[in-house]
Amino acid sequence: MHLRHGAFSYLPELTDDEIAAQVRYALGNDWPVSIEFTDDPHPRNVYWEMWGLPMFDLDEPDGVLREINECRATYPQHYVRVQAYDARLGRQTTALSFLVQRPAHEPGFRLDRVEVQGRVQQYSMHSYATQAPAGERYGR
Amino acid sequence: MTHEHNGTEPRRWDPGVHSYASMGYYAPDYEPKPTDVLAMFRITPQPGVDPLEAAAAVAGESSTATWTVVWTDRLTANSHYQAKAYRVDHVPGRAGEYFAYIAYDLDLFEEGSIANLTSSIIGNVFGFKPLLALRLEDMRIPVAYVKTFQGPAHGIVMERELLGKYGRPLLGATIKPKLGLSARNYGRVVYEGCRGGLDFTKDDENINSQPFMRWRDRFLYCMEGVNKAVADTGELKGHYLNVTAATVEDMYERAEFAKELGSVIVMIDLTVGYSAMQSMANWARRNSVLLHLHRAGHGTYTRQKTHGVSFRVIAKWCRLIGVDHVHAGTIVGKLEGDPATTKGFYDALRLDHVPTNPANGIYFDQDWASLPGVMPVASGGIHAGQMHQLVDLLGEDTILQFGGGTIGHPMGIAAGAEANRVALDAVVKGRNEGLDLIKEGPDILRRAAAINRPLEVALATWGDVTFDYASTDAPDGVPTPSR
Repeated sequence: MHLRHGAFSYLPELTDDEIAAQVRYALGNDWPVSIEFTDDPHPRNVYWEMWGLPMFDLDEPDGVLREINECRATYPQHYVRVQAYDARLGRQTTALSFLVQRPAHEPGFRLDRVEVQGRVQQYSMHSYATQAPAGERYGR
Repeated sequence: MTHEHNGTEPRRWDPGVHSYASMGYYAPDYEPKPTDVLAMFRITPQPGVDPLEAAAAVAGESSTATWTVVWTDRLTANSHYQAKAYRVDHVPGRAGEYFAYIAYDLDLFEEGSIANLTSSIIGNVFGFKPLLALRLEDMRIPVAYVKTFQGPAHGIVMERELLGKYGRPLLGATIKPKLGLSARNYGRVVYEGCRGGLDFTKDDENINSQPFMRWRDRFLYCMEGVNKAVADTGELKGHYLNVTAATVEDMYERAEFAKELGSVIVMIDLTVGYSAMQSMANWARRNSVLLHLHRAGHGTYTRQKTHGVSFRVIAKWCRLIGVDHVHAGTIVGKLEGDPATTKGFYDALRLDHVPTNPANGIYFDQDWASLPGVMPVASGGIHAGQMHQLVDLLGEDTILQFGGGTIGHPMGIAAGAEANRVALDAVVKGRNEGLDLIKEGPDILRRAAAINRPLEVALATWGDVTFDYASTDAPDGVPTPSR
């Protein structure tokens, strides 16, 4: 499967120039940018690991690109995403989020059903990858 | 405007019929208080009726007055409870029509009750004989009254956080045909749409529980489709399960079942009435289920500019009532929607401070005091070829719903959904890169279609379809061409 996560997940993988353009857009809006990674792509997994703190007060995307590349080099088979955060009153939430790396092989999710009364099914989803412990899921 | 007195007015408390203006319902020197509810009406008086007297009559009939003097008014602090028409303007370019501004003291309204607010402001007065027509154009809800309402069960920010979807409009589709599919076939359309790339699919307003498909069966099959699509894509999705029913008790029962099945969202129609909407908004907040509102029926009273209630007022009431989504127009689609007027609706739903902007039909500053925003939904006759226009006109915090434009795709429903999602991702990416969507939008779509067959087919099928008709509803606050 091909994980659909964040904006642009129906487009071809972004090049580094395209990533820089999105980061420039975020910085232009005064949105600090941060990098997060995980090997648990379950859509209810809210808290991906933080690659350092959000980068405040940047003008140019070069520093963000350097950090993205370091994160990619350290975790070459993890999902890596870029987050831009809008701290303005009334927002105070993520403003943009998109993947900048995915594992070479994505085994996808198993849908489990538990039958309860009245034809009701209770659904839960498991990422095949998470059957292995964290850090050993997508190979290295 | 000034009122011409003829000098023969009786004294205020003499029995009999007096002009409303002379009884204090026209008060040009009145300074509205920050706590007053303000309303702006478009008044079309009968021939020969003085517009200032007509405005005073509207103030009177929507507050304390009856047709004749009653001595029992003297048992009250009457002038406090009287609504006051404090300003009357000619409508630019519209002979015989007047904009009347009326102030109501906060004490006239029960806290947190849209039913009560509307029973006052639009209760009796719309049938008043001296008026040919009357339209409630806009309202200023004072912060003191705003704070007596729950507001959206979740609001735009919470919805994005719970779905994990940021930085782009959300995508939906209404299941078609809207009537006649069996529950099993209906769930198939939900599955195909969601797995193709939609965030949401939707029941139509008139899908409730009919002989061809009962509600419980529909809910079961729809949730099968939603969950399969979530597992296929790794992305959270939902189907607006319409819980509209004959009684509020029935709606609670259906909503509880939707929650039990794990649906992230339920839906109601405007036809259920304000009190039922407010009950469901409270339920939605209590149960962490998003609440979608379809504005079924609103066109009967919002569309004609001389009579009824503008949708911008309905939008404000819906925000107070506490829905998370409401349909608010597409501009480019098949349904009524003057661009300026529609932008005014979107502002009323999304902004925290809405500044006066007569060009967009906003006649008062509105401070929402951090009441969360409502996600406006654009639905009705839109297709992938308009994606750049939709994003440019409507912005990011909106749900774009393509029903026919998804399900009618020649390669199938999932391909239709994918075409829309690819178009959306490409347009948002281009916008963020600094491209001018109006000039370069068609090129962005063509480039995306060159490497995506479903989008290529969608553009070939619908690329030229437009709905180019003059609007019936324009703000008229500044001269605008319209019917």
